[in-house]
Formats: sequence, C-alpha cells, structure tokens
Amino acid sequence: MAEIVIKDLRKDFGDFTAVRESSFTIGDGEFFMLLGPSGCGKTTTLRMIAGLELPSSGEIFLDGEEISQKPPSQRDIAFVFQMFALYPHMNVRKNISYPLASQGMSRRDIKTKVAEVSKILGIEHMLDRPVGGLSGGDRQRVALGRAIVREPKAFMMDEPLGALDAEFREHMSEELRALHDRMGATTVYVTHDQLEAMQMGDKIVVMNNAVVEQFGTPREIYDKPATVFVADFIGSPSMNFLSFNGQVIDGHTSVQLGQNVVDIPQQLASAEGALILGVRPEHISLVDNGILRCEVLAVEYLGTTQIVVLASEFGELKARVDSIVVVSVGDNVGVSFNASTITLFDRVSGKAIRSVLNDGAFAHG
Amino acid sequence: MAEVILDNIAKSFGREDAIIDMSMTIDNGSFVVLLGPTGAGKTTTLRLVSGLEKMDSGTISIDGRVVNDETPAQRDVAMVFQQYSLYPHLSVRDNLAFPLRSPILKTPKADIEKKVAEVAEILQISAKLDNRATELSGGEMQRVSIGRALVRDPAIYLMDEPLSSLDARLRADLRIELKRVHSDIGSTLLYVTHDQIEAMTMATHVGVLEEGRLVQFGTPREIYENPNSVYVASRLGLPRINILPGDLFPGTTGAAHSIGLRPENIEYGQGQDAAVKRVEHLGDQTRLHMDLNGHNIVALSPSGNPYSAGTTIKIQPVNPLCFDESGHRIAGSDA
Repeated sequence: MAEIVIKDLRKDFGDFTAVRESSFTIGDGEFFMLLGPSGCGKTTTLRMIAGLELPSSGEIFLDGEEISQKPPSQRDIAFVFQMFALYPHMNVRKNISYPLASQGMSRRDIKTKVAEVSKILGIEHMLDRPVGGLSGGDRQRVALGRAIVREPKAFMMDEPLGALDAEFREHMSEELRALHDRMGATTVYVTHDQLEAMQMGDKIVVMNNAVVEQFGTPREIYDKPATVFVADFIGSPSMNFLSFNGQVIDGHTSVQLGQNVVDIPQQLASAEGALILGVRPEHISLVDNGILRCEVLAVEYLGTTQIVVLASEFGELKARVDSIVVVSVGDNVGVSFNASTITLFDRVSGKAIRSVLNDGAFAHG
Repeated sequence: MAEVILDNIAKSFGREDAIIDMSMTIDNGSFVVLLGPTGAGKTTTLRLVSGLEKMDSGTISIDGRVVNDETPAQRDVAMVFQQYSLYPHLSVRDNLAFPLRSPILKTPKADIEKKVAEVAEILQISAKLDNRATELSGGEMQRVSIGRALVRDPAIYLMDEPLSSLDARLRADLRIELKRVHSDIGSTLLYVTHDQIEAMTMATHVGVLEEGRLVQFGTPREIYENPNSVYVASRLGLPRINILPGDLFPGTTGAAHSIGLRPENIEYGQGQDAAVKRVEHLGDQTRLHMDLNGHNIVALSPSGNPYSAGTTIKIQPVNPLCFDESGHRIAGSDA
C-alpha cells in the first residue's frame, strides 16, 4: 500500500495546458477523489499518475520513489476504466487470472488468489461462466477483480460507475466503498459527480480549468469553500450567492447588505467593493421577521425536506426546509441566515475572504 | 387538453408480459409520472398511449374517444424522447416550426411565428432562434426538442426520460422549467423516469410500476408517506428506506414481519444499541451507516451531534411502516 505525493505537476498538449502546476498528497489507504467538470484536467492527472501520460514538468512520488517518467508496467498501479474492458472469449475465471498468468505465477497460487478475490466480490458462483452473458454489475465486478488480484500498490479508477443507471450506481458505489474499507488500498477515483465524491471520498481535490481549486475532506470543502467555483460546484442545490457592493472589516462579525445588517463569522481580513455573500440552502430559515422579505416562486417536495425557491431583492434564493413546514407558491415570507455558516467572497478574484469559519482550510491550495 | 383513460390494457412481447391489466386515469391538466426501474413497463405504457405500439387487449380513450385503432398522428399526442432528435441542417426556429407545418395541421404562417416565439420564450431559447441546431449545447438541444412538442397543442404530452441524458445542474433547471410550463399552459403530461427526484418534484400524481403492473397511484406525498408495499416504499426517499425484520426492536412494532424506517422514523438516545460503521458528510446532511445485530441501517445524523465511526448509539423507531410476509403494508397497524 502506498502514499502518493504530487508536486507541481503540469501537462501541456501543444499550446493547450491540461494541468497547471498542481500539488497534493494522497495518504496511504485513502479513497481519494479527483472532482471537476469535463475538461478540467482530472483525467489527465489520473493518467499521469498511472503512467499513461508523461508530465511536461513536476514530480510524482509513489512510496517515496519518483516515478513520473517510468512506464506504467513499472509503477505497480492498477487501472479500472469506465467501460468494463473484459476479454470476451474468456470465462470469468480466465479474465481474473490473466494478469497473474502473464506475470508467470504458478497455477496453484493463481487458483488461491482467484478464489480469494472472487469471494471478496461475491462472484464465486459465476467463475466458469462466459463474460458475455453477465449483467452490467457483474461485468464491473469482474473488471474490479482483475484489478484487485494483482495486489497493486494503488488503484486508479476513471468514472467506473459513469455508465450505470441511477439506482444501480448507488448500489455499486456502496459496494466499492465497502470493498475499499475491507482492503484498505490507496484508491484514486475520477468523477464529475459531486454527490459521488462526497459520498465515497476520504479526501477530494476539486479541479477547474487545469487548476486545483481546493483540496480537503468532503466536509471542509462543503462547509469552507475556498472559491466561488467550489461553493457552486459542490452541493445540490448549490450555495446561494447574494451579490452586493460594500465592505467587510477585519475583526467584524457583521456586514451591511443593502438595507440590512447581516451577522457573519468573525472576519480575519478586510475587503471592499464587489462582494458576494454565500449561504447554503439548508442554512436559510423561513421566519416571520427576517433580514429579507421574499416571495415563494416554487416548492419542490423531496420527502424528508423540501426546496423552496424564493425571489429576493438579491435574486433567486433556494432554501432547504423540513417538509413539515407549510409553504405555498405566492406566499410572502421572511428569511434569516445561520450566521456561523456564511462565507464572503471577493467577486473579482472569486476567492473566499478569510474568517474564523474557514481559517486554515485553504492551506493546501 | 384532455383526460386519458387506460382501461385494463395488456401487452406482451412473445412470452414476456410487458404490461399486465393496467388501468389508470390521467386527469385533464395533471402531470403524471410513471416511476420504476428498467424493465418495469414505463416506456411500453407510453408507447401504447402514443400508438407506436399496439395493445393485446384493453382500451385507451383520449377525451372520451376510444383510440385503439387510431394511428399516432390521429391520436393527437406529442412525444419527447430521451435522445433529442433535431434536424441538424435547420435553424432552431425551423426545428420548432416543423411540426406546425405538417400537412395535417396546416397552420397559418402568422400563427406559426407567434407560437414559435411564445415557446422559445418559455424555454429561454429566444436568443438562439437563428442558430443552427448543431451550434447548441446538449441542454439547449433538449430544450428545443421539448419545444417541438410544446408548439403543438396536443391532447397529451408524452415524455420518455427527457432529462436523463443531461448533466445534474441542467436537469435541476429543466425540472423547474417543465413544472412551470405545465402550470402555465395547464397541459396534460404523461412522463416516464427512473429518477425519484423528478417524480417527487414535478408530478401531480405518481404511478409506480412493478414488472408490468401499476402497483400504486397517488400524489408524491401519498406515495412517500403512505406506500402500500415494501417495493413502493423503496422507490422514494434519499437515503433509501431501511427495511428491517419486525422483531429487531422488541415490543415496539407489533406483529409486523418487517418494518420500514425512513431517516425521520429513527429516534436517538433510547432503544437498541447500534454501532456506527461509517459517517458520510454530504454537506446538507450527514449519513450514519450503522450496524444493528448484523443489519445495515442508514440514517441521518441529528444536526449538531457529531457521531463518529466506532461509537455505539441507541436508536428506536418512531411511527415505522409495517409490512407482512409478502411485503404488503399492514393497514392501520403502524406503531
């Protein structure tokens, strides 16, 4: 098992920069997510770790050894792709044992290994079946089996669940995570699905436009976003952004938002001009007297909670409230914010302004 | 706009029964969502209503008129598919106008222009009317293909997973748009999806399908709060409802064979010891994965109470749903 350290990694394809000087550390045994929209550079980063692309500059350490220029075969990393690539003419057992046979392992050892792996994955009963007749999930399990059986130092997974439908995907993601918890192997996982990243990951790197926007635990990234991009990309519905012109002062615990004074976490820096106040939907409450009056535009019932879409003088806001709360389209309601959760951003740079809430959260950047 | 009635319809493909004795009334102006996993018969139902598929038995009537023998065109329905199919060589305007220019409808030119402008406004694609269809993003293309259905004024709109090929953000936007379109123009919609969020947020009524049968029909709230079986209860709710043996919490759940606990049905601090195995911080909610006597339970952590993996907490059910051996709800016996 392994720790992977990425240092100032960069990749150019001609004039196009796919990944710009990125640095982060993947701890031994971590389930590590590379998250971002299409084209952000996450897959390129993964491919560089696996050795499928060579970096233009920078270093990759696997267990202390610099590997960035080594061929994939010398890196002891297994790769699982989105499309389950299996050998169609071989049965399940042959598919799983293939990597071992090609390494020249003895038949008896192969047999033991395959039995072990198929037990972990719950596919013992189908070892002698051709892969052609298997369901999508079973094919995915076989593909995983083939990666696991070699006992590599680390696993690279490129949207392995991307092609599955919602219900099955949820099931497989739980299975994958449980498998990881049993084996404890370092896993690097690429996805564009923020919920999948939050659900499965120990740590998340959020990338955008070839740059690492933030690096941290799911909780840090959700509660203490470093940039407007991260705040917007993580969470569904995403954070509400109220644009205003004004100033925040180092040490203050409130800010003037239009006609209203809004309580905020104590600020550790000052800023002036075009600012954004960011508040998550679940931190907006509907109250009789609030800091803003809003009209209810729509209500989306979600079972445990409901999303209330509100028209305010600062644009549309979404609040997540308990389904017990009675609210109808057209109502005029007051809203208040949970002060300790608010993040202020500089609108020009898109960066969060430091406060006691997010102090120290961006150190890795 | 019209009322659509399915009366005892059935359809099989070879030996496979796709639809079994299904009856359903789609009220004028309602937004009915058919929900079920792959293979439940959702799309087949839609295709039977549209006339793309012929029934083996039963009747379908639209606006009081039996349409069994009518062609899709005669039925006056508009269909939107999962994969948008636009004419790539035409502009957005011409794509939208195309259905109105059909020889059956013979719409006057001025009316076409007016209608296209109206629909473009509703779907917020007015600025793109003169673009070629190929110059649009995926979301815009799907809006145009929905628009092509909306320019007509059919008896009913039939939509087959129109949002499932779009990314999460766009799906959320279009969900609200579709719901707004529905309430603005008061149209009747029959909509197929396997996405529970779409069903919950848009539908006036949800029809839950299981292996070709309609097993429950009601408002989203009714289906969520009052499901008639384990199967229906498992369709809605995130995290999914926990189905547990009836004797897991002795003395609290009567004679039920199994009980269903949604996150809001679990109370902390009393009852049985459960071991926390994993804590998921999803931001708006924190999920606890627990083990109680070998049974997995997924629940929501009470806010401001940071349980961590490895700890043991006491839990007990509050108003659980009770089911018998066959998975049917035991009426009136919920504890």
